Amino acid sequence: MIFLKLIVTNLRRHRIRSFISVAGIAFSVAAMLTVVTILQGAVGMFSGILSSDSQIIVFERNVSDLFFSNVPASAAAQIAGWPMVSHADPVLFGIVSSADHPIITCFGVTASDARIRNATWLAGDRLNFAQHTDDVVLGERAAEFLDAKLDDHVPIGHGVFHVIGILKTANGFEDGGVFMPLSSAQNFFHKEGTSSVITVKLRNRDDAALFKKMVKAAFPNLIGLEDAEFTSSYSQFRILKATAWAVGGCGLLLGGLGVANTMIMSVFTRIREIAILRVNGFSHVQIATMIFGESAVVSMLGAVLGLLSGICLLFTLKLVPALHGYVDVTIQPVVMMIVILLALLTGLAGALYPAAYAMRIRAVEALRFE
Amino acid sequence: MNLSAEQFSSQNIGRLDPTRHARVVLRAEDVWKSFDDGAITVLQGVDFEVAEAETVALCGPSGCGKSTLLHLFGGLDSLDRGSVSVNGIEVNRHRDLLRLLREEVGFVFQLHNLIPDLTLAENCLIPTVAAGIDRNTAQARLRQLADRTGLTHRLDQRIQKLSGGERQRTALCRALMNRPKILLADEPTGSLDEHSSGTIFELLLELVATEGVTLVMATHDRGLAGRCDRLLEMQDGRIHEPVSA
Repeated sequence: MIFLKLIVTNLRRHRIRSFISVAGIAFSVAAMLTVVTILQGAVGMFSGILSSDSQIIVFERNVSDLFFSNVPASAAAQIAGWPMVSHADPVLFGIVSSADHPIITCFGVTASDARIRNATWLAGDRLNFAQHTDDVVLGERAAEFLDAKLDDHVPIGHGVFHVIGILKTANGFEDGGVFMPLSSAQNFFHKEGTSSVITVKLRNRDDAALFKKMVKAAFPNLIGLEDAEFTSSYSQFRILKATAWAVGGCGLLLGGLGVANTMIMSVFTRIREIAILRVNGFSHVQIATMIFGESAVVSMLGAVLGLLSGICLLFTLKLVPALHGYVDVTIQPVVMMIVILLALLTGLAGALYPAAYAMRIRAVEALRFE
Repeated sequence: MNLSAEQFSSQNIGRLDPTRHARVVLRAEDVWKSFDDGAITVLQGVDFEVAEAETVALCGPSGCGKSTLLHLFGGLDSLDRGSVSVNGIEVNRHRDLLRLLREEVGFVFQLHNLIPDLTLAENCLIPTVAAGIDRNTAQARLRQLADRTGLTHRLDQRIQKLSGGERQRTALCRALMNRPKILLADEPTGSLDEHSSGTIFELLLELVATEGVTLVMATHDRGLAGRCDRLLEMQDGRIHEPVSA
């Protein structure tokens, strides 16, 4: 109890300084949590597009970005005919722009595609999809920002398209995207006869390994990966995740410097007190534990405050209409644990030098110090 | 235990007569200590012995090395040459330092050196926390010492609310918490008025007598020093002559 009081006593003495340190860690934790959660949500949404009612994705081998993948239509047709395949949907991805929106994701899909079948149609009729080459179906959010209604003609990229439906999906990317008939998308993006990927649903998931072998044998330029495999290996996802952690890490580093500064000041202002403890039998380890304990309290308070702030921020972002569907506030426990652990480690790292300094304090000199 | 000047050999000032004192608890042999890379030599070959339960006063002008000698006895500073042993523990050996501070010696300083944010009781319990003594034992010892020093009703008070005398009594309690064999007191009454000074010193002598503790005290106050078993004069880094108490 007394040891605990010795740990927190200096934090109570210098409340403003302690608060600033806690706030530093809290901001860092909130930033890391927000950035990581948003980017992981984005990755989750993108992989959700790919895995919509499918288990395996087939794409061009050795491409770093699916937008550059070219899968021949013949491959889709052949794969769809394999006995273990329930259905195989070719999907073409493209990016276009309109007057006010620099980036709109386009999905070239067939009428039987799961994305069209499973979505909630807010306007229009699914059966009308792919009847005409200039027909498009808009995601709900895309319809909002394009200010388009059913039967409107909207300029998208270098063309003008007829809106034959507006649909709602749970996926933010799809909700902010434009769905075109596959053939129209192939013409629009000059990718005739190809798609970006084929999403495949097997009759029996146990056949996945066999299916992948068959893809490799039949189409040496293509590769089939199960959804989880794809998500963990796709370089774009890995870059995004690494960026998120790096940005968050930089934030925590700054927070750690704040803790280091506080702890150095803390040790300097209690040199005499540390000397008194030494004279009364405190070991170097006990002194260091006291300093690390103080830093751990700052870090944990910062982590808790940061987590609460981050969660509030994520919920606030989710309410912003422009970000509807993009922010997934489902915070993974592992992310939360990593953030707390990093905050704690940062705080402890920040206390390394101050603790070493405190251990070196010579009681006899410190007691002369007034 | 009042000793006379005859008990000291003229060749070995500060040393005890081995025929009369079987158990030496503190021994310094040819102790040298300098500061500023040897520019200031504070102790110049001090030889010194203290017997168990003896009370010894070190007198002398400021800067003569009294405090330095106490610091060396308590292992707070390192000596340049010679040796110091406390209850058989070689003070220079670092690995024994914690044992020395936790079990063998207690310190009382001129400035009480209490931690202001803690209560009187918490300040007293610090040595027990350091030594890992269990809570019940520590509390019992605290109650015993607080009773003897008249601090029982002030145990939960913060240090800021205590008078100078109470603070020094608290420091005394803290120094005796782990039942040390030797109490090293550096001007323990130096910051108090005459009345408080006398009271604290009485208490100090009473406590060391009842606890069987050896006292080595540095002081300017010859009146108080004269009440110890021995009074040694320090000058120019040496213990010069025994002064009859």
